[in-house]
Amino acid sequence: MKRFSLVLAAAGLIGLSAAMPAAKAAEQLNPPRYGWSFAGMFGMYDRAQLQRGFQVYKEVCASCHSVSLLSFRNLSQPGGPEIPAAQVAQIAADWQHKVREIGDDGQPAERAPRASDRIPGPFANIKAAEAANGGKAPPDLTLMPKARSYERGFPWFIIDMFTLYQEHGADYVKAFLTGYEQGHETPPGTHYNKYFPGNFVGMPNMLQPDQVTYSDGTPQTVQQYAADVTAFLMWAAEPHMEQRKRIGFQVLLFLLVFAGLTYFTKKKVWKDVHA
Amino acid sequence: MQGHSHYVPKTGIGKWFDARLPLPRLVYDSFIAYPVPKNLNYFWTFGGILSVMLVAQIITGVVLAMHYTAHVDLAFNSIEKIMRDVNYGWMIRYLHANGASMFFVAVYVHMLRGLYYGSYKAPREILWILGVIIYLLMMATAFMGYVLPWGQMSLWGAVVITNLFSAIPVVGPTIVEFLWGGYSVDNPTLNRFFSLHYLLPFMIAGVVALHVWALHVTGQNNPTGVEVKDIKKDTVPFTPYATIKDAFGIICFFILFAWFAFFQPNYLGHAVNYVPGDPLVTPAHIVPEWYFLPFYAILRAITFDINLIVFVIPSKLGGVLAMFAAIAVLAFLPWLDTSKVKSTAYRPLHKQFFWAFVVVCVMLGWLGSKPAEYPYTVLSLIFTGLYFAYFLLVLPLLGLFETPKALPASIADAVLEQERKKGGAPVTAGANAAPQTKG
Amino acid sequence: MASVQHAEGDRRDFLFLATGAAAAVGGAAVVWPFISQLAPDAATVAAGAPVELDLSSIAAGAQIKILWRGKPYFVRNRTEAEIKAAQDVDISTLRDPETDAHRVKEGHAKWLITAANCTHLGCVPLGNQGDYGGWFCPCHGSHFDTSGRIRKGPAPKNLPVPQYTFVSETRIRITGAAAA
Repeated sequence: MKRFSLVLAAAGLIGLSAAMPAAKAAEQLNPPRYGWSFAGMFGMYDRAQLQRGFQVYKEVCASCHSVSLLSFRNLSQPGGPEIPAAQVAQIAADWQHKVREIGDDGQPAERAPRASDRIPGPFANIKAAEAANGGKAPPDLTLMPKARSYERGFPWFIIDMFTLYQEHGADYVKAFLTGYEQGHETPPGTHYNKYFPGNFVGMPNMLQPDQVTYSDGTPQTVQQYAADVTAFLMWAAEPHMEQRKRIGFQVLLFLLVFAGLTYFTKKKVWKDVHA
Repeated sequence: MQGHSHYVPKTGIGKWFDARLPLPRLVYDSFIAYPVPKNLNYFWTFGGILSVMLVAQIITGVVLAMHYTAHVDLAFNSIEKIMRDVNYGWMIRYLHANGASMFFVAVYVHMLRGLYYGSYKAPREILWILGVIIYLLMMATAFMGYVLPWGQMSLWGAVVITNLFSAIPVVGPTIVEFLWGGYSVDNPTLNRFFSLHYLLPFMIAGVVALHVWALHVTGQNNPTGVEVKDIKKDTVPFTPYATIKDAFGIICFFILFAWFAFFQPNYLGHAVNYVPGDPLVTPAHIVPEWYFLPFYAILRAITFDINLIVFVIPSKLGGVLAMFAAIAVLAFLPWLDTSKVKSTAYRPLHKQFFWAFVVVCVMLGWLGSKPAEYPYTVLSLIFTGLYFAYFLLVLPLLGLFETPKALPASIADAVLEQERKKGGAPVTAGANAAPQTKG
Repeated sequence: MASVQHAEGDRRDFLFLATGAAAAVGGAAVVWPFISQLAPDAATVAAGAPVELDLSSIAAGAQIKILWRGKPYFVRNRTEAEIKAAQDVDISTLRDPETDAHRVKEGHAKWLITAANCTHLGCVPLGNQGDYGGWFCPCHGSHFDTSGRIRKGPAPKNLPVPQYTFVSETRIRITGAAAA
């Protein structure tokens, strides 16, 4: 009985403390939960979506943002957009930014990228990026969906452990891309975004309907663009997710069988002790 | 336990070897014939789980070090190269990162088991203190390991923790410069952390050897807390009984491990650590890994100067002292607990306080993850007080006032009793045990 | 006989003592290099030595940003109006109450030297902007007044003042980071 009351008291305390931040958090809007093909234990990337997402990145984001950890060759590797290697070589050769090197004469030189190269970004270096963008360089996007998150608070952070909700970052990125609002007073050089922490963000709203032409008949809406480019960035951040989940499932299966065998062996070994 | 060895070499080579280096004898005595109380429950498998986790961490760590570059400009990208280009690199790195968390899960269960069943009491004081030393080394190793990826939380975690030492009067700032090897957390700091992160696990392994040695001198405690009286009746040989039971425990633990490492590998980390470390930009909330959160809460609970009339302890130093005291107090546990009864199963009052203490630790952990502002600072102070009260008030006083339940006469009796209960036969609790009086 | 034994004992004691002392000295001499290597090396010390800065080139109302020990600092030559604005604030209304006099050196009220990282999330605020004419942080909209004190926005603290001294009317020497 006493123990029960203790547990009750503890639960009450936790509940009380969990309620406190709720009042404070009103100013910070959490992104909604979107459905993702890569969510959950068996979730995998949607190849067509990754390809569309890469197209959005190429045509919209790449003018300011790099994906510096990604190489062109990654676009054709298993578990990614799986664009055929020949096509990837062409994408590399036609890329809008050049590979910056030191030429044989010792002066800075440029050449067209190859499939084995990292995807060149728009700026030669961080200083150039800062100078061209009012003092704040546009961040690299390769890890963006893994580098952003939001707090779901108690008890969700415990429930998420079992339901495997891991898409906080992807949800935030998509919400951010579609979260611009007009009609707010903003400091000079900033834009209002309801999901950005602090709301005032240097990046303007970049996505417009019908801005990118899809060849597979997918609706050309802002929501669709945002979802596609977010999925692409999620893959860029976690390129081996499909292999990870596949191996993980095999590992779990093996361990369950192994645990069962060990359990019955243990029972047999211990039988005479308890008898 | 002690006593002369019953190892008999069976072959001529065995005899020859045994006369020159009795290593097979040591293995036989320690891991085959070694008698374990037959009433151990699954909480006793966590020692084995921890040994396996230590080996797993060392193996994955050595492999990662083959691909990692300890330089502020290269570390972050070398980790990403492991994640992207090295064959199975993502798996080895996720196993190592989540393995650290699992190591702490196991060590906390192991410690709470010791706390619950009084495993720190005579004659196991040295065994317990060696455990506290292992725990300290683990914390140092884990902290330095988290710095190596050189993400934002790596860098700023290192800044916050190394700055703790600046709270030491007079020599503090100099010590901090010695820790940094410069005027801020920078390349020399990263390099020495990498060096020490590689060294410390082997020191842990050394202390673990002493820990196991001490264990094999005193023998294991057990859920009744009654010492082994008759080796034949009370114990079973380590192999096959404990080996197979430990194996089952380890495999079950691996299922939990795999659940994190393969399906939510970043759940226990911080998103902001996927942003490269930048000394000019501070993250919104600097939070340590979950296993440090209770101590982080204690550190930040002291937000006021403590006036001791003779001298004043500044708030920063006060927080640091409280945090280190929170760990150091564990080492004094064998002498703080005045009760002669080991197992909490026979201490009805302590059972309440034990679970209250667990709740206090969980609450401190939660508070450690919150920003340092009202009301969290006040709550942190309250729970810090409760944490210390458990060790400094409850345990010393409880032994004087609590009336324990009757202890079984022997482990064998306790097992028989349990069997009887299971079989539905009439319960005759403590039939052959003298009722215990206070203490 | 007894005296011989006594003398022998003395000699032995002395030998033990001398040997022990030699071992201690030798041990300490061996250990020292291993402790000393932890300290900032010569290159770091040279780069992190106190810096002297000539202020004469900074016009009234202007500010410069310098980098020292890897961190940016503002040095601002404040106008009379800015000084007055900073001094006239009722400090009880401030989030982090500090008088302007406390943040500058006596007799040098026109020179304000502060760390240049916003105390919110470490961005570098822009000078001569914001509602209070001091700094405005573009990242999350913190406004600082002409004394570098937080007036509006999310930052919790004033821009910290580093340790520095005036070596002459127009020269300062920055000796240490702001006390944490």
